[in-house]
Amino acid sequence: MTPTWAQLAYLVAAVCFILALKGLSSPRTARNGNLIGAVGAVLACGTVFFAEDLRHVWAMLAAIAVGSVLGVIGAQRVQMTQMPQLVALFNGVGGAAAALVALLELDAVTAVAGGISDIPAFDLVAIGFTIVVGAVSFSGSLITFAKLQELMTTRPIVFPGLPVAFGASLVAVVGLCVLLVLEPALWIGVVLAVVGLVLGVLLVLPVGGADVPIVISLLNAFTGLSVAAGGYVLGNTVLLVAGTLVGASGTLLTKLMAAAMGRSLLNTLFGALKGGSTLGAGEASDRPVRSAGPDDVAILLGYAQRVIIVPGYGLAVAQAQHTLNELVEVLGAKGIAVDYAIHPVAGRMPGHMNVLLAEAQVPYEQLKEMDEINGEFKQTDVVLVVGANDVVNPAAKTTPGAPIYGMPILNVDEAKQIVFMKRSMRPGFAGIDNELLFDPKTTLLFGDAKDSMSKLLAAVKTL
Amino acid sequence: MSEPIVWLTIFILSVFVGIEVISKVSSTLHTPLMSGANAIHGVILLGAVIVTGLTTSTIALVVGLIAIVLATVNMVGGFVVTDRMLQMFTGRRRQEPPR
Repeated sequence: MTPTWAQLAYLVAAVCFILALKGLSSPRTARNGNLIGAVGAVLACGTVFFAEDLRHVWAMLAAIAVGSVLGVIGAQRVQMTQMPQLVALFNGVGGAAAALVALLELDAVTAVAGGISDIPAFDLVAIGFTIVVGAVSFSGSLITFAKLQELMTTRPIVFPGLPVAFGASLVAVVGLCVLLVLEPALWIGVVLAVVGLVLGVLLVLPVGGADVPIVISLLNAFTGLSVAAGGYVLGNTVLLVAGTLVGASGTLLTKLMAAAMGRSLLNTLFGALKGGSTLGAGEASDRPVRSAGPDDVAILLGYAQRVIIVPGYGLAVAQAQHTLNELVEVLGAKGIAVDYAIHPVAGRMPGHMNVLLAEAQVPYEQLKEMDEINGEFKQTDVVLVVGANDVVNPAAKTTPGAPIYGMPILNVDEAKQIVFMKRSMRPGFAGIDNELLFDPKTTLLFGDAKDSMSKLLAAVKTL
Repeated sequence: MSEPIVWLTIFILSVFVGIEVISKVSSTLHTPLMSGANAIHGVILLGAVIVTGLTTSTIALVVGLIAIVLATVNMVGGFVVTDRMLQMFTGRRRQEPPR
């Protein structure tokens, strides 16, 4: 039995986690919120070593040291553009840990019970749940990682038997859980883990690249629920509370993200299975476009009165944020009003672009959210779209079959002039053509974003 | 009140708290929030320590230690990377030019 002082310490840790989430939901308190969460985690982990009568303490401390070093290295080395992948990876290993813990607990309880099923049925169901959901989270996260890192195609992968395989796996999970309750045995847990791994892969394969962030958030909530169930199994309140908090807030966050993209969650996950909705040639179109050099674009910008910049993931990949910020300062010095229009899902994850621009020290008040700025495009002389595509694609409003149909977009098409800085005519992450590129008021500036941006900056300076 | 009811109560209340605390989050903070929540479920480390510390078999010990490493990566890495992201938000506010 856990001593009372330890239970109290766990309670304090649980409160820390609540305060952490609370703090993280406001910019002013976010950093402190995260620190409070870390304090809670350290407190909880310190407590367990003193409260329980444990063997292998030194081996476990060594394992924690190894994990800490790996975690810190990963967290320090990662580029800000790769943030979604890293979150997916961290989430995946957490899910794997939860599944392994449940397997070990199953091993322990079946050994003690000696095959006689006097283990409460609900405990066994919770163990099964932890194993399956943890495994789903692990393999699903690895697939999202591969998609974001572009180790595999970012487009939805659908094969004819997929819905059947998915359904069969779900039935297998239910069947195995029933079997686990009737005849508790370790092998059933292992099979459950394997089925869970398959299920995770099948869940994420049909999801298109642009929707992957929503899936990361969903898998994050899954891991939370898995941890909560693990907490019940082990009779540990802090695991139950922390896991449930993450499960609940993660589910809400997933819904908010899906809403920002104008999608329902079900449509995100299973839209590709219905077919038709995931068109997208994925190839460069050869229709004529108007392209121009940096000097022409510099003149357009230099004689405008109102300029709006729409940054996208391509900007960050080319590491051109700093040059862009410099360009905006030069334009500002000429008396031109310049703002950034930030689409909620610009970048690869909601809020990702804010992080990327924060890294380049773009002043906060120049960043305008979509609802705030959408009415201003009509009075805008030039919109400069840098490395963004899907978030300005009018197909979201006009083409019911398009995968992004219904997503709120920036009304760039209402501006007087539009300049796209692009590497090539390759379509965006969603894999569909953008009609706006062929619009008569659109000019294209081809080239690497950083290179073009430097040339543009030099040209604007000489005006 | 019997034990399962207590657990169910804690669970249900936690669901409401989890939804309530983040209901007003702006899309600016979605990424750090996801990352921070991700770090919090790293407390599965506790569970890993408990099961590993009570085991007597070698295989279970090895599996348990792997679980501990994975959970620690999740927790420590999660908090550090979230802080790195948020550091830039606050850093920017300090360097904000007066207008």
